[in-house]
Amino acid sequence: MTGIPPAGQFRIEEETSLTTQAGPVRLRPPGNRVDQRAIPWWRWQIGLSAITVAVLLAALGVFIPPARFWLVFAALVVVVIGLPLAALLPLWWYRVHRWEVTETAVYTRTGFFFQESRIAPMSRIQTVDTERGPLEQRFGLATLIITTASSAGAVTVKGLDGEVAAELAHRLADITKLIPQDAT
Amino acid sequence: MTAVMTRTSQEWRRLDWRTIAITTATLIGFTGVSGFSLASVVSWIFGWSLGVVLAWLAPGVVLLVTAGLVGDWLRWSRTRYRLSADRLEMHTGIFLRKERSLPRDRIRSVDISAGILLRLCGLAKVEIGTGEHVDKDKTSLELDAVSRAEADRLRRDLLGHALTGENDDDVLAELDRRWVWYAPLSVEAFFLGSGAFGGVLSVAELFGVEADVLTWTWELLDRMPLAVAILVVVGVGGVVGAVGALLLFVTTWWDYRLDREASGTTTGTLRVRRGLMTTHSVSLSEDRLRGVQVVETLGHRLLGAARVDAVATGLAEEEHGEESDHKTLLPNAPSALAHQVAASVVNAAESPTDPSILRGHVTAARNRRLTWAALIGLVPSVVLAVIGLLTTDVLLHIAWSWALVTLGIGLPAAVDAYRNLGHAISGRFLVSRHGGLWRKTTALQRDGVIGWTINQSIFQRRKGLVTLTATTSAGNKRYSVYDVEEHTGLAFADECVPGLIAQFLEPQS
Repeated sequence: MTGIPPAGQFRIEEETSLTTQAGPVRLRPPGNRVDQRAIPWWRWQIGLSAITVAVLLAALGVFIPPARFWLVFAALVVVVIGLPLAALLPLWWYRVHRWEVTETAVYTRTGFFFQESRIAPMSRIQTVDTERGPLEQRFGLATLIITTASSAGAVTVKGLDGEVAAELAHRLADITKLIPQDAT
Repeated sequence: MTAVMTRTSQEWRRLDWRTIAITTATLIGFTGVSGFSLASVVSWIFGWSLGVVLAWLAPGVVLLVTAGLVGDWLRWSRTRYRLSADRLEMHTGIFLRKERSLPRDRIRSVDISAGILLRLCGLAKVEIGTGEHVDKDKTSLELDAVSRAEADRLRRDLLGHALTGENDDDVLAELDRRWVWYAPLSVEAFFLGSGAFGGVLSVAELFGVEADVLTWTWELLDRMPLAVAILVVVGVGGVVGAVGALLLFVTTWWDYRLDREASGTTTGTLRVRRGLMTTHSVSLSEDRLRGVQVVETLGHRLLGAARVDAVATGLAEEEHGEESDHKTLLPNAPSALAHQVAASVVNAAESPTDPSILRGHVTAARNRRLTWAALIGLVPSVVLAVIGLLTTDVLLHIAWSWALVTLGIGLPAAVDAYRNLGHAISGRFLVSRHGGLWRKTTALQRDGVIGWTINQSIFQRRKGLVTLTATTSAGNKRYSVYDVEEHTGLAFADECVPGLIAQFLEPQS
């Protein structure tokens, strides 16, 4: 768990062109991990969904006697599978979710088996929003949503520290205002 | 300049009054036919004389027609539009007044269409839009209907061609009647053909003789050997589909012409005109154009034919769906012509969609496709075979025939799909090609790329491949280069949009 930047600091890379150099290149991972509090946040998310489903199934089981055994059995399965997932998956997600904001672009990466990296140039950003669900607020977290003129080009960073997210949103809004360009 | 001056006067205009006549005529025709049919049925069932029933129905018909006439007259009298120096305004609505106003400099499309009745009266419907994604109600308005001349004048004024005459137009393509022979191979033919059987059945159901028709067909086919029966069914479907597709092509693309209208400003307008009964004129302002796409279905590819679509920002795609005629700039035509038209549409000296400029992908991409084909062919077969061994021999036969058919089609299809992969940079354009049944070659303006998505599954990672997707505001919003070698793909992205992705690259260890 080393190499996590304290809140409010961003890793800013110097612009280099590696494709002109000799040797093959690859995408490096974005510099920053999400906030560590994202782990409990994700745990609660999974845990609460599993428990909600289990309770609904169990409630149905109470009201529908003929199917009681199977409904209660299904509820137990949801709990038995859901709770270990809630414990382990977020640790995994924490390892694979990364983000970075440079002077010219926003860069995120998610997934391991199906890894997806998204790059949005600063000059094409249209809106910058932060979103805080009730659970996120509880953990002081926020989600940063950056949209471009392409409906397929939105970049989302989940599990940021609330203040980091707000600060980023301000900074991005400022930068995008400074670059006068048609976003389409 | 005088023309411009008179057109920017502040006068309010009305729709053409003949639109009321047309509405009334349509209503009389409709109520007449349906009233007469109703009367015939009633007189037949109850044994009353036709004259008496008609006399009873007549007041209702008159009332309906009068109501329609009054309603349409009200609509006509309460609709006004005005073209001022900087806005196009329209006021309409009988009870609920709607006042809409579009800024002239935002107007990007003026589409004119005319059904057979409108054409007979020399009228046309005009739809004017700004090509934005927001609420359609606020970004487009429809004039139903104005005179043909007024429609044309509006189109020229709104798209900035007031100063040019008809002769300045640059014709990019015109219908060649031989293209009609590509129609039977289109997707429409397949749907029309298979739909024909369903159509016959639903008509039979309407008359309650569905079962009779089925038995009759069944007995007819039962007397033939199985192979002949299959051939007959496929043949009948094929012929119906082919004829239907031919008719559809002729009615849709008759008098087709694609031209570019010059304008006083820097951006011109692409204009597609077509239609046998209902004529359409679709205008696309060039500043909405982000690229061009050449589409070849498997059948057309084998015949050497291809279609050209526009990759443009705006409503049309969302509204009319993926396979819409609205964005089609050239119907299926010889592919050499298609590539040439694609080039002239985007003002490129060399065709950006020309197959010879494309770079193929590494063989790992082929192996992935072969693996998929093999899995689809073998996994169900193995499962069936195992169950078959334990239970019944029938499953064993299904297993080997499944494997034979799917591998027989899948493996060549995999190789074909691999050969169709390609990418290139051609001047201002990023070019990507993929697909088998639908091979699509997309040329996207490099400055229209507003972001990258790089996908790499664990299988791709092991083979050193990535799928690179350019996001854009036009067309499908995302265009991908599938299974490109990692370094090649990233270097390609860097070359397409310099100074963006390079900062996130590192040497491979």
